[in-house]
Amino acid sequence: MVIENLPLGKAINLGLRQALLNDPKVLLMGEDIGTLGGVFRVTEGLKAEFGANRVLDTPLAESGIVGSAIGLAMRGYRPVIEIQFNGFVYPAFDQITSQLAKLTNRHEGAMQFPVVIRIPYGGHIGAVEHHQESNEAYFLHTAGLRVVSPSNPHDAYWMIQEAVQSNDPVIFFEPMSRYWPKADVDTSASGFPLHATRVVRQGTDATLVGHGAMVSVLLQAADVAAQEGMSLEVIDLRSLSPIDYAPVLESVRKTGRCVIAQEAPGNVSLASEVAATITEKCFYSLEAPVLRVTGFDTPFPPAKLEAIYLPDSDRVLDAVDRVLSY
Amino acid sequence: MADETLDPMVQFLTPEGNFAPSESAEAFLPYFQRLTEADHRKFYRDMVVIRRFDTEATNLQRQGQLALWVPSHGQEGAQVGSAHAAKPQDHIFPAYREHAVGMIRGIDVLEIIRVLRGLTHGGWDPTNPAHKNFHIYTLVIGSQALHATGYGMGINFDGATNTGNLDTDQAVMVYFGDGATSQGDVSEAFVFAASYQTPQVFFIQNNHWAISVPVSVQARVPLYKRGEGFGIPGVQVDGNDVFASYAVTAKQLDDARSGKGPSLIEAHTYRIGAHTSSDDPTKYRTDAELDSWIARDPIARMEAFLRNSGAPQSFFDGVHEEAADFASDIRRRTVTLENPEPASMFTNVYTDPHPVVEEQAAWLAAYEASFDEQGGGH
Ligand SMILES: Cc1ncc(C[n+]2csc(CCOP(=O)(O)OP(=O)(O)O)c2C)c(N)n1
Ligand SMILES: [Mg+2]
Repeated sequence: MVIENLPLGKAINLGLRQALLNDPKVLLMGEDIGTLGGVFRVTEGLKAEFGANRVLDTPLAESGIVGSAIGLAMRGYRPVIEIQFNGFVYPAFDQITSQLAKLTNRHEGAMQFPVVIRIPYGGHIGAVEHHQESNEAYFLHTAGLRVVSPSNPHDAYWMIQEAVQSNDPVIFFEPMSRYWPKADVDTSASGFPLHATRVVRQGTDATLVGHGAMVSVLLQAADVAAQEGMSLEVIDLRSLSPIDYAPVLESVRKTGRCVIAQEAPGNVSLASEVAATITEKCFYSLEAPVLRVTGFDTPFPPAKLEAIYLPDSDRVLDAVDRVLSY
Repeated sequence: MADETLDPMVQFLTPEGNFAPSESAEAFLPYFQRLTEADHRKFYRDMVVIRRFDTEATNLQRQGQLALWVPSHGQEGAQVGSAHAAKPQDHIFPAYREHAVGMIRGIDVLEIIRVLRGLTHGGWDPTNPAHKNFHIYTLVIGSQALHATGYGMGINFDGATNTGNLDTDQAVMVYFGDGATSQGDVSEAFVFAASYQTPQVFFIQNNHWAISVPVSVQARVPLYKRGEGFGIPGVQVDGNDVFASYAVTAKQLDDARSGKGPSLIEAHTYRIGAHTSSDDPTKYRTDAELDSWIARDPIARMEAFLRNSGAPQSFFDGVHEEAADFASDIRRRTVTLENPEPASMFTNVYTDPHPVVEEQAAWLAAYEASFDEQGGGH
C-alpha cells in the first residue's frame, strides 16, 4: 500500500506504531513522549493506544533513560528511546559509549542490547543553543553502535522498524528540518536493507555524497547544475556506521570526482572518513581531490547565523566547480 | 503532594493578601521585619514590571521577532523575593527562566532578548560589576548546579566567606526546576556541596511541570527533603508569597555565609504560561489546575496586601505606567537589534589564536566577498 503525502515525522510515528504492534517487548521511553507525544509529536497517540507501560514519560535524566533501557534490554525488552534534542544526549554519554556499545562484547556475546536511540538533529530550524547540532561523529567513532539517518519519509518508516529489529544498539538520527516535508511511503516493501547506501540521482560528471537533510540540498544542487549542463550523481548514505561503500566507490570510479557534504563540523567527521576511504580505494580513478563541504569547526552559531554556517547548495556547487576545474 | 501537615511551608501572606505568618515562618520573621514600606513597594513594582516584560516578549515572539520565548509568568514571587534576598557580593547561577532575578541583579533584560532572538548564546558579562555576579543562562538541564557548587568551593578556598562579616562574606545561589532535580548533575552537586560545605543555597522553583511531565514523575517525596540524605537541609516556602521567598532565602544565604554549609529551598509556584512559545500546555494540564494557581497569583496577593496597608491608587497607576514604558522600550530596542557579523562565529572559540579557525574564517570572508564581486553565485 502507498500512503501519499506523509511527513517524515508522521512516517516514524507509523513505523513505531507498527513496531509496537509487531512485538510486545518493544517499549518507547523518553521525556514528554507520552501524554504530549514528544516535542515534535513523533510519538503522538502511541501512549493512548499502547498504554503507559509501553510508552514511558520518563523522569528528566538522559543517563537514567539509557542506563535503565540497558537493564530492560537485559530483561528481554527492546527499548526505543527519544532524546529530546541532539545537544541533550551528552548526560547519557557513558551509558551509550562505555556501556550500551560494549556490553555485548563484554558479555562475550551472551547478551544482546537491542536498544534504539532516536536523536533529532541538524539545523535549519532557527532554534537556540544545543538544539541544532549534528553530533553523529561521537557515535560513529564508537565501535558497537550502528548509526543510521533517513532522508525521506519512506526510508524513515522502514528504517525505524529495521532499527528496532536490529539486535545491536542503533543510534537513529532524525533530520529535524525534514520532519514536515511530505512524500509517499510504500508500506508494503522497504526496497533497501537498513545498512544499504542508495543512489538517488544518476549522473556522470561528479558524485555528491550526503545523508539526512543534506540529501535534499544535494538534489537541489544537482538540479541547478543540470541547468548549467553538468550531470551530478547524488548518493544518500542512509547508514553512517557501517557504511555500505560499494555504491559510493562504483560511482566515484565512474565520475572520477566527489564532493561530500554534511552539516556537522568537518574535523574528524563522517565526511573525513568517507573521503579517506574513497582516496584509498579509488585513487587511480580520481581526477581531482575529494572535497568536503561541512559546518565550520566552531560551536553551532546563534540562530541568526545558521544560514551562513550550514552548507547550502551554493557552497556545494562551489566545491563542484573546484573538483571539475582539475 | 508535599506533606504540608508535617512541615508546613513558610508563608507570610495568604493568597488573599492577609498578613498571617505560618508557624514555620517564625524563624524567618526577623528577615521580614527589616523590610521597609519602600521595600514592599519595590517588590511589587519589580513583579509587575517583569510580568509586563514577559508579556511583551511573548508578543514579540509571536510576531516573529524572537526565535523562542521562555515565560516567567506566575513565578515572579519566588524570583523577586529570592533575588532581593541575595547580597551584591553573592554569585547567582540561573537556569533559563529567571528573568526577574537578572533584572534585579542589574542586567539589561534586553540581553535575555538577544539570546532568544538568536543573536548570541550568552548575552551578558557576569564579570561586569553592574551585573552583580549574575551568571549566564544554562539551557542544559541541571548543569549549572555543579558550576555553582564549584564556585562555592572556590569561595571557601579563598577564605571569602565565614569571616563574621555578613556584609562582605560571599555565598552562591543556584536556581533550577523540579524536573532538573532528576538529573545526575544535580545529585552530584548535592554530594560535592555537602562534602566541601559550600556556602550555597539550592533554590528549586517547583512550578509543578517539566514541560508536560508532572513533578510526581520526578519525586515521590517532597523536593525540599531531597537534600536530606546528602546532608543538605531543606525548607519549603510558598513561592507565590514574595515575602516568604525573600525572608527564607535571606536567612539561608546568611547561614551559608556564616559557615553553616549548603541548604535547599523548595519554592512552590506555578508556570501560568506555556513551557516556551513552542509549547501547548492544554495538551497535558487542566483548566481547573491552572485556575487554582491563578487564584494564588503572587502579584494579586501583594497588591491586596499593599492596598490594605494604605498604598494609594496613584502608586499602582505609577507602577503600571512604568511597566508599560519598560515594555515599550524593550520592543523599540528589540526590533532594531542588528544581526551578528558572520565573522563573529569564529571569535571566542578559543582564547589563544587557532590556525584552523583562522583559516576557516578567512575562507568564509573570501567566499562571501566573491558573491559581492560576481553579484551572486549560481
Ligand atoms: C539535559 C536536557 N534534557 C532535556 C532538555 C529539554 N528540556 C528543556 S526544559 C525541560 C523541562 C525542565 O523542567 P524544570 O527543570 O522543571 O524547569 P522549568 O522549565 O519548569 O522551569 C526539558 C526536558 C534540556 N534542556 N536539557
Ligand atoms: Mg518545572
